[in-house]
Amino acid sequence: MTQDFPQSALLHADYMAMLRRKRLYSALMLALFVALMASGFVVVDERNAGGFWGGLHRLFDFPASVLSEAWEKRAALPGHIVEYFPTLLETVNIAAVSTLFGAILGTLLSMLATQGLAPWPRLIPLFRRIMDVMRAVPEIVIALILIFVLGGGPVPAMIAIAFHTVGALGKLFSEVNENASLKPVEGLTSVGASWGQRMVLGVMPQVAPNYLSYALIRFEINIRASAILGFVGAGGIGYELKNAISWGQGRFDAAAAIFLMLFLTIVAVDQLSGWLRDLLTHGRQRGIFA
Amino acid sequence: MTLATTNPDLRGQARRLLRRKQAQAFGLPLLVLAYLAYALFAFDIPGLLRSASPENGATLVRDIYSYKTHATRDNRSGAVTFAIEGERKGQYPEGQHPDWVAQSDGVTTITLRRGETVRYFPDHVEVALPDYGTIRATPGSGGVQATFPEGARPDWINASRNRVTINAPGGKITITRNRTEVFRYSLGWELFFFTLDSPYHGMGPAQLLSHALNGEAPQIWHDFWHNAMWRHADVAWALCETVMMAFLGTFGAALVALPLAFLAARNFTPLVLVRQFFRRLFDLCRGVDALIWTIVLARAFGPGPLTGALAILLTDTGSFGKLFSEALENVDGKQIEGIRSTGANPVQRYRFGVLPQVIPVLLSQVLYFFESNTRSATVIGAITGGGIGLLLTQAMITTKDWEEVTYYITLVILTVFAMDSLSGWLRRKLIKGAPAAP
Repeated sequence: MTQDFPQSALLHADYMAMLRRKRLYSALMLALFVALMASGFVVVDERNAGGFWGGLHRLFDFPASVLSEAWEKRAALPGHIVEYFPTLLETVNIAAVSTLFGAILGTLLSMLATQGLAPWPRLIPLFRRIMDVMRAVPEIVIALILIFVLGGGPVPAMIAIAFHTVGALGKLFSEVNENASLKPVEGLTSVGASWGQRMVLGVMPQVAPNYLSYALIRFEINIRASAILGFVGAGGIGYELKNAISWGQGRFDAAAAIFLMLFLTIVAVDQLSGWLRDLLTHGRQRGIFA
Repeated sequence: MTLATTNPDLRGQARRLLRRKQAQAFGLPLLVLAYLAYALFAFDIPGLLRSASPENGATLVRDIYSYKTHATRDNRSGAVTFAIEGERKGQYPEGQHPDWVAQSDGVTTITLRRGETVRYFPDHVEVALPDYGTIRATPGSGGVQATFPEGARPDWINASRNRVTINAPGGKITITRNRTEVFRYSLGWELFFFTLDSPYHGMGPAQLLSHALNGEAPQIWHDFWHNAMWRHADVAWALCETVMMAFLGTFGAALVALPLAFLAARNFTPLVLVRQFFRRLFDLCRGVDALIWTIVLARAFGPGPLTGALAILLTDTGSFGKLFSEALENVDGKQIEGIRSTGANPVQRYRFGVLPQVIPVLLSQVLYFFESNTRSATVIGAITGGGIGLLLTQAMITTKDWEEVTYYITLVILTVFAMDSLSGWLRRKLIKGAPAAP
C-alpha cells in the first residue's frame, strides 16, 4: 500500500517520530516525578523524629487508646459534649464572622479589580496584587502576631481568617464578575447612577448566586481553619482539644468527645452547604416570578 | 391584552413579588447586622480592647525596620561591651566598637541619634541631653545617686532609688547599681549578610565583588550562608521542607485517590455496596480534619515533616477521591466503546479510553491543591514541628525577634507566589485548551 503512495510513507515516518518523541518526553517527566517523590520521601522520612516504617505499626495505638478510654467512660460523654458545646459554637462563630467580613470586603475588592466594573481601571493590577498577597499570607502568621498585640481569644483568629478570605474570595468573585453582563450597568450609568448604585443594582443581582456558593465553600474551609488556629492558642474548640490531649493519660474521653463534635460539625456543614449550593445552581427554574 | 386575560392577577402577582424582594433586600442586611452584634458580645470585644497592648504593637513595628545595639557597662568590673540586640552572636569582638562610640583614657563616649551623648566615667555616668541638660548618676552600693538639672523633670525620665531610666528620642538609657546600659536604635536588619566575626562585615558590594573575584567567593558565600544570627542555610532548608511536605502530600494523595476513585464512580463500579463504602471512606478522610490527622499521626511517627506530609495526604485523599470520582462519572462512554471494539483488554480500555479524558481535569485540580497546600504546610508545620512553620512559631513565641518573623513571612509569601506561578505555568504547559479554573 505505502509503495503506491510515497507521501503517505513519509507521513507515517513523520508521525512515528513524533509519537516516539512524545513518549520519550512523557517517560522523562514520569521518571522525574518518581525520582522527586522517592527522594522527597527519603529526605522527609530522615528528618522526622520517628521513621515511617517504624511508626506504621503504631498508627492505630493512639486512636485505639482514645477509643478504649472513651468507651470505658462513655457515661461521661454527654457531659463532655455539653461542656464543650460553647467552645464549638465559638469556633463556628469565628468561621461565620470571618466569612461574612471576607465576603463583604472581597466583593468590594473584586469589583475594584474587574475590567469594565472598576472605577479606576489603571489601579486594577494593584488591587489584584493586594488580593494575591492577602491570599498568600498563612492565617497562622497573622493570628500569632495579633495574639501578641491583642491578647488571646477569638478575635485574632477571626481577623486572620477574614484577611485570608478577602483574598481568596476576591479572586473567585472577580472571575464571576468577568462573566456578568455589562448591559444593566450601562443602563444604570445612562440614568446617572453612582458607582455604588451601579454595582449594587446592576451587578449584584447577576452574581449573587455564584457569590453565595463560593462563600459557602469558604465557610466550610474556614471552620477547619478556625479549629486549627484554636490549637495554636486562638480560642475555640481547638484550644480545648490541645489541652485535652496534652494533659496526657486520663483526659482522652474529653478528647474523643471533641474529636466527635468537630467531625460531626464539619460533616454537617459540608452537607448543608452542598445542599444549599445545589439549590442555588439547579433549583432556579420555578416560573417567571420565582 | 391576551396575557391579562389568561392571568388577570398578573399585576397583583408582580406587586407581591416586588414587596417580597424589598423585604429580602432589607431583611438580609438586618439579619447580618444582628448576627454581627451578637458576635460582638460573644467575642467580648470590649474586654479585648482593654487587654490589647499598644506598646507590644509599637515594639513589633519598630523591630521590623530597626534594630538596637546595647552598649553595656558592668559597673562592678568596669568592662564595657557592645552587642547587637544584646545577643552573644551579635557581640563586638574585644577591642572593637561601633563607630558612634569613642573610647579614651577609660572614658567611653556614646553619641545617640538626636545629639544626646552618654559618657561612662570610671565612677559615674554623665548623660547630656540637648534640650534638657546634663544628668549625672553614680551607681554604688546604695543604689543609684542621680542629680538632675533644675526644674520639672519630663515624664520620659523615670528615677527611683535603684534605677534611672531615660527614654530619650535617640535611644534608651538604663542605669542600675550593677550595670549601665544604652540602647541605640539603627535602621535596617542587623548583620543580615555577615556577622561581626566575619572579615567581610561592613564591606560594600563593590568591595565584596573585588574580593570575590580574587578567589574568595566560596569563603564569602560560606560566611553569608552560615550567618549565626539569621541562619540562612537552616531557613532555606526549612522552606524546602515545607514545599516538600506539600508536594509529597498532594501528589501522594493523587496517586492513592486515583485507583480508589474508580471504585467510587457509578459508571465503573456497579456494586452499590463497594461504591458506598469508598464514598464514605472519602467522606471520613475529609471530615476528620487535617488537624486531627496531624495529632493522630504525630503520636505514631513523632514530630517532623513526614507527619505533616502524611496528614496532607490523608485529608487530600478524601477531597481528591470525591473530585476524581465525579470527573470519572462524567467521562464519555463512546471512547471506551471505541477502544473496546478494537479488542482491548480492561487495562488498555482504562489507559486509552478513560485516562486521556480525565487526566487534564484531574491534573489541574491537583495543581490547585498543591498551591493551597504550600500554605497549609506552613500551618501544619507549626503544629507538628517541621519546616518554616516551626521556625516562625519559635521566633514568634520569644516575642523578641520580629525582624526574623518578617523575614520568614516574606519568604513564605514569596514561596507561595513561586508555587502559584509554577503550577500556573505547568497547567498551561500540560493542559492546552483546558478550562481556566474548576
